[in-house]
Amino acid sequence: MKVHIPSALRSYTGQQNEVELTGATLAEALAALDRRFPGIRFRIITEQDTIRPHIRIFVNDAQLHDLTAPLQKTDTVYIVCALSGG
Amino acid sequence: MKSSPVILKPATGPVALLVGTRKGAFIVRSDRARRTWKLSAPMFLGNIVHHVVLDPRDRRTMLMAASTGHLGPTLFRSTDAGKTWKESSAPPAFPKLPESEKGRAVGHIFWLTPCHANEPNAWYAGTSPQGLFRSDDGGNTWRSFSYINDDPQYREWMGTVQDGTPDGPKLHSIIVDPRDPKHLYFAMSGGGVHESVDGGKTFTTLVNGLDVVEGFDPTTVTFHDPHCVRLCPSNPDRLYQQNHCGIYRLDRPSSTWVRIGKNMPKKIGDIGFPIVVHPHHADTAWVFPMDGTSVWPRVSPEGKPAAYVTRNAGKSWVRQDKGFPRSNAWWTVKRQAMSSDAHNPVGLYLGTTSGEIWASRTEGATWTCIARHLPEIYSVEAVALGR
Repeated sequence: MKVHIPSALRSYTGQQNEVELTGATLAEALAALDRRFPGIRFRIITEQDTIRPHIRIFVNDAQLHDLTAPLQKTDTVYIVCALSGG
Repeated sequence: MKSSPVILKPATGPVALLVGTRKGAFIVRSDRARRTWKLSAPMFLGNIVHHVVLDPRDRRTMLMAASTGHLGPTLFRSTDAGKTWKESSAPPAFPKLPESEKGRAVGHIFWLTPCHANEPNAWYAGTSPQGLFRSDDGGNTWRSFSYINDDPQYREWMGTVQDGTPDGPKLHSIIVDPRDPKHLYFAMSGGGVHESVDGGKTFTTLVNGLDVVEGFDPTTVTFHDPHCVRLCPSNPDRLYQQNHCGIYRLDRPSSTWVRIGKNMPKKIGDIGFPIVVHPHHADTAWVFPMDGTSVWPRVSPEGKPAAYVTRNAGKSWVRQDKGFPRSNAWWTVKRQAMSSDAHNPVGLYLGTTSGEIWASRTEGATWTCIARHLPEIYSVEAVALGR
């Protein structure tokens, strides 16, 4: 699947705005993302496995709230920085 | 603790100010005379930087506590006095709990303290919400320190996010006795002051004598809100504290704080965030009062900024406002944003909520603005950088 990386996290991905990953669930995809770019997951997911307050994750058009959500190979995942104010 | 006078040699040479702001970090470097200052380019622009601290054991390693409006907390490390930085591979984080239990997540890292001089590469960190962490590898990896992060009694004293300061309750003022690495203090907003004499195996509360907000019970530790606690390097048996409810001094082995802020001018009061101790004279300390009346404006009283100094351990205070604006200066100084160097005479430095840095080469007698138009300043640490 494709994963879109927001600008705030591209210091981890060598400025790539999109990476290709595998994973049967959102949790597996994020684990794969962190293996490839160490440290990136903790900036968006807390140590209690919850999505951080100003991060949103969409798969295709649907927002996901649960890391156990299943993913398909053809899905596109969007990590979005939202609503943090000035 | 044994009391023995500690003789520290005054420092000489250039001073560097490590400045944490709401939008990044800066280093401001002086010449040898501390007369001219040069502001660096921003580091990690856009990051919320609560604290930047130099390791006094090598004078080259720095840690920076950072987060952004969107992203979770992290720590950056430099081993070349701030020229280059790397991210910690395991920043402070609470243990993962089962979903049936409500585990906590670190919102931001607030306070950094190098461990004892005999513990190279070891650091403590305090977080929001309140957590105490330790690294033994120069800040690369961190683990919960002591038992307090998960202790039911401490969790009760820590309260909830609603009980804490507006941007989250904090663990701060982590202090290591320079004579004994096992003798530790820390403070929590809210949650009181705590001491360990066995390297963190056990802690006891140190809140006797401290006032709390009117109408609340001072024997309830939760209600105590120490803003900043400092130990005197020249007499490690003496602590000063700026609290939400006054200015205090504690002389060990006593465990009862004395409200020395009652000797402040009544129209100024004794509310504020920072307190700075003289590096060589334990009777001397500085505060920077703010307006703590009615809705707590948290600005300089009457818009007239001033430091206050005591040179007799709090028996009396002297106003120090020469150089500051005479009126209409509606800013204040946060708890980590006022510090001293170790020169003779001591240099004092403060960063304002309006983004200015003020310096005094005369122990507060006169003040000069050395940088302006910065973001809101959260912390200022005065250091002597190694070469």
